Parts: sequence; structure tokens; C-alpha cells
Amino acid sequence: MTPPGTSAPLLQISGLTKRFGGFTALDNVSVDIRPGERFGLIGPNGSGKTTLINCISGAFRTEARTVVFRGEDITQLPAHVRTRRGIARSFQIPRPFKSMTVVENLMVALDFAVATDPLVSAAHRHETAMSILAGMGLASKANASATTLSQVELRKMELARAMATRPKLLISDEAMAGLSSSEVDEVLDLLMSLADQDITVIMIEHIMQAVMRFSQRVMCLDAGKIIAIGAPTEVMANQRVQEAYLGT
Amino acid sequence: MKRNGIFFWIGAAVFLIAIALMTKLITNEYPFFAGYVILQFIVLAVAWSILGGHAGYVNFGTSAFFGMGVYTAVFLFKVAGAPLLVQIAAAAAVGALMGFALGLLTLRMQGIFFSIATIALTIVIETSITNWRYVGGAAGIQLQRPPVTWPFSGYVQMLFFVQAVLVVLAVVVSRYIQNSWIGRGLQALRDDELAAECTGVPTLRLKVLACVVSGALMCAAGAPAAMYLQYADPSSAFNLNYSVSTLAMSLIGGTAHWAGPIVGAILLGTTQQLLTVTISSEVNVLVLGVMLVLFVVAAPEGLIGLLRRVRDKRKEGKQ
Repeated sequence: MTPPGTSAPLLQISGLTKRFGGFTALDNVSVDIRPGERFGLIGPNGSGKTTLINCISGAFRTEARTVVFRGEDITQLPAHVRTRRGIARSFQIPRPFKSMTVVENLMVALDFAVATDPLVSAAHRHETAMSILAGMGLASKANASATTLSQVELRKMELARAMATRPKLLISDEAMAGLSSSEVDEVLDLLMSLADQDITVIMIEHIMQAVMRFSQRVMCLDAGKIIAIGAPTEVMANQRVQEAYLGT
Repeated sequence: MKRNGIFFWIGAAVFLIAIALMTKLITNEYPFFAGYVILQFIVLAVAWSILGGHAGYVNFGTSAFFGMGVYTAVFLFKVAGAPLLVQIAAAAAVGALMGFALGLLTLRMQGIFFSIATIALTIVIETSITNWRYVGGAAGIQLQRPPVTWPFSGYVQMLFFVQAVLVVLAVVVSRYIQNSWIGRGLQALRDDELAAECTGVPTLRLKVLACVVSGALMCAAGAPAAMYLQYADPSSAFNLNYSVSTLAMSLIGGTAHWAGPIVGAILLGTTQQLLTVTISSEVNVLVLGVMLVLFVVAAPEGLIGLLRRVRDKRKEGKQ
């Protein structure tokens, strides 16, 4: 793994502002994410966390050069092209392809997101999908319909589907919300293991012990502005973070 | 999969040979008149389900495409006496262009809004044709069939065979889409457009593709109707019945498999023909409505979905 801070940033957000009518959801946000970093993103509800990742993944368009990925301005690219460049995400509320089985959900990613090599047969892609599922502990559910999964299985499947796009940057949007504490640990271990595979992870999360354990760096947003960024313990100790987020 | 493919092609060949033999052996013209309508609805239903079934975009504009097919044929016939095949090919091209425009519409409109826009499309086009004197305007236009060429004994027989070829073409295209990456992409975007986009599916491009293919086939299916009736007028060429019947056939047959719309079109098409002959053409609209309601309640995934459920239950029973 590349130690953080030694190489060029993987993702550069600079002067990013996003308005919806008169409401400013993101106000002049600038941050660099380094390759291989485990980055935690926190903030109260409505502070702009999901808006920020929508801007990164392409669901929202932004002004030119505000989002630069691996040295390339990606602001004009549609979301599916950004996925092919290596940005994958999971959703706050899981969005499975309901009419498909679990393994078919992954096949969508393998069919579309990964550069199509005619030599790679469908059988081989199926194998790849199965090995990703095995890594997530979902192999036994491969042929189950996505509608039959439990909440934690859905979260894992979303991560597996994101992984099948072979991302360089994975954005996890509250993958642990609503899970029990043992399930939180399971998903957290999964995310940790992904980070070990040289994948940069941005994790949005409300569960503090998970953020503290996972992140090398934490950024706190409030009302669309960065109010603190740095080592997890520093950010937690910050007076403004405690006021805005922890409500003390 | 491979063996399925062989069976499919043999089935298609047998179907065409049987149709060709029919045109030789049956002398009465009526079976061809009635059969033609059923074949025409198979093409429409199969074409409709490419967009409506795979991609989940409900198109109420079937009659717009069908009518444009009719009037493309009328125009070409009047202007240059173009032969049937040219009429059909040109109609397919026009349908593809209309489909492209419709596809761009999906950029801004989804769900019910898309469906409403397709109805508007029908009305706009019908109104334009009604006011176009050259192709007959509101009064319609009479057409004189050219002499039929060998190997056919009558013009209706030839139209019947041509429509059967269109059926095979439509089914081949629909089956290819279902079994390829295009089908998987369309299915993904039907389930969740944002998730599909974020999984690398070029949603807009696939939607436009589905609209183009579906539109081209619908227009092509309409083209021979001008010569079939030897007459065309806007209110029957753009009749909303085409949209409603096509939609009902696809849904009643089931859109989860390419065979669904075929089953639905044969079932409903035959029923409609029988009712038209024995009772009246108004009653068949009523029956259509009743059947649609019954299926929506009892078998929302159509006959194909019902069959699958029964098969799955049996499998469970065995285990």
C-alpha cells in the first residue's frame, strides 16, 4: 500500500459549490484524497455529504475542473464513464437490481464497467463475480433473488457490485446504517480489507467508533462547509465539530 | 443455450415454410385477411416489448409509429409507385428516426410522464397528416394494388407472407436483445436507472437504441397495411386501438421473455378476430379491457410469468 502523503492526489476537489435554487448544499469545498487513503466523511444530516459524493460520482454535474480524478477533469463525464474510469459507489438506501439474482447484479458491472475484452468469456466473468461474492461471504446467496436478501446482505451486495467495477476509488455511503453492532463490524472488516487491496475508500458514516477505527483522515461538513479536517482524534476534539455534530 | 439456439432457428424456418405452403394450398382469401392482422399484431407486440418490457418505458404511441408506417408507404407509392419492399424499408428508416427522437425524450421524462408524451406524439402526428392534402388529408386516399408477382397467387397472400417475414425478423431481434449484454443493461436500467448508471451502464445510449429498434419495427409493420386495405385515412391509421391492443397483448403474454408478446398477440388477436366476425368490432374492445383487468389482478407478469411460477412450484414440490 502506498503510504498516504507521498504521491499525487487521486482525487482533487477544488472550489466545489453546488446550489439547488437558493439553497447552497456545498459551499466552496476543496480537498485532496491521496491514493490508498482511508478517508472518513462525517457531518450532521443535510450537511452535504451525499451531495458531495453525487458530485464525485456524476449524479450531479458541476463546474469545470472542480472534480479532478487521476489528473483528469471529470466534471463533463456522465456517471457511467466515471464508473469506468474507476469511481464506484454504494447507496445510502440500497438500490439493487430487483429483477435479478445476486450474481446477475454483479454481472451488470462486469458486462459494462470493465473494459470489454472479447477474449474474456461469459463463463470467466461469472467466475470473477463468484469470487468477489465469496470474498464478501455471499457465495451461498449467489443465485438468490436480490429481493430476498436481508439488510446486511443487501449492503454487502452493493459493495460487491461496486467492487465488480474494479474501482480505484470506492465511496461507501452509510453502508452500516441500520445494522446491528456485530453486522457493523462485519461490514467494517470488509471495507478495511478492500483498502488493503490498494483501493482508496471514502466512507460516509454516522457510527463514530466505526469512523474512528477505519479512517486515517476525517473531514467534517456542516451546512456545506468544511469545518474540520485531519486525524480522527483531532477532528473529534474540535470544538466546532462537537457543537455541530455531536450536539454538545 | 446452444441447443436452444438450433431449435429456435429450426422453428423459425418451419414457421416460414408453413406460411409459404399455406399461400399455395389455401384458396379462400379470408384466412389470409384474418391471419395478416394477427401477424401484424405479433410484430407490434414484440417490438413494443423491446422498449416497454426490457427497458420498462411504457409507450402509448404505437399507433403513431404504425400510422407513420402506413403513410410512408402511401407517400412513396403515390410519388413514385415504389414497390412494397421499398415502402417497408423506408418505413423502418422513418420509424428509427422517430424512435431516436423518442429516445431523447427519455432524457427528461420518465415513468408516467414519458407515457403521456407518447400519446401527445400520436396526436401531433395524426393532426399533421390530417392536414396534408397530398396524401389524402382527412378524407383518406384510395390505392390501387399493382399486379402481384410470382410466386404468389394473390396480393393478400403476398402481404401475409411478407408480414410473416417481419414477425421472424422482430422475434430474432428481440431474442438477440434479451440474451445479450443489451438486454442485461436494459433490465438493469428498468430496475434502477441511477444504480445502473453508477454500475457503468450507458443508460441513455441503451434507451435510445431500444427506442430506435422498437420504432423501426413498428413502422415497418404498418407499411404493408396501406396495400392490405387499399385505402388509408388518418383516423384509422393512427387509431388509439393499435396502442391499447399492443400494450394489452404484451402485458397479457408477459414481457419477461421474448415469447410472451407472441403468445399474447396470438391469443388476443385470434379472440378479437373471432369476436369481430361473430358479434361486432365494438365488443372486442370491451373484451380487451376485461382481459387486461383480469390479468393485471390475477397474473401481473402475464402468461409467461404464470407459467414460470407454476414451474418453480413444481420444482419445489419435487425437492
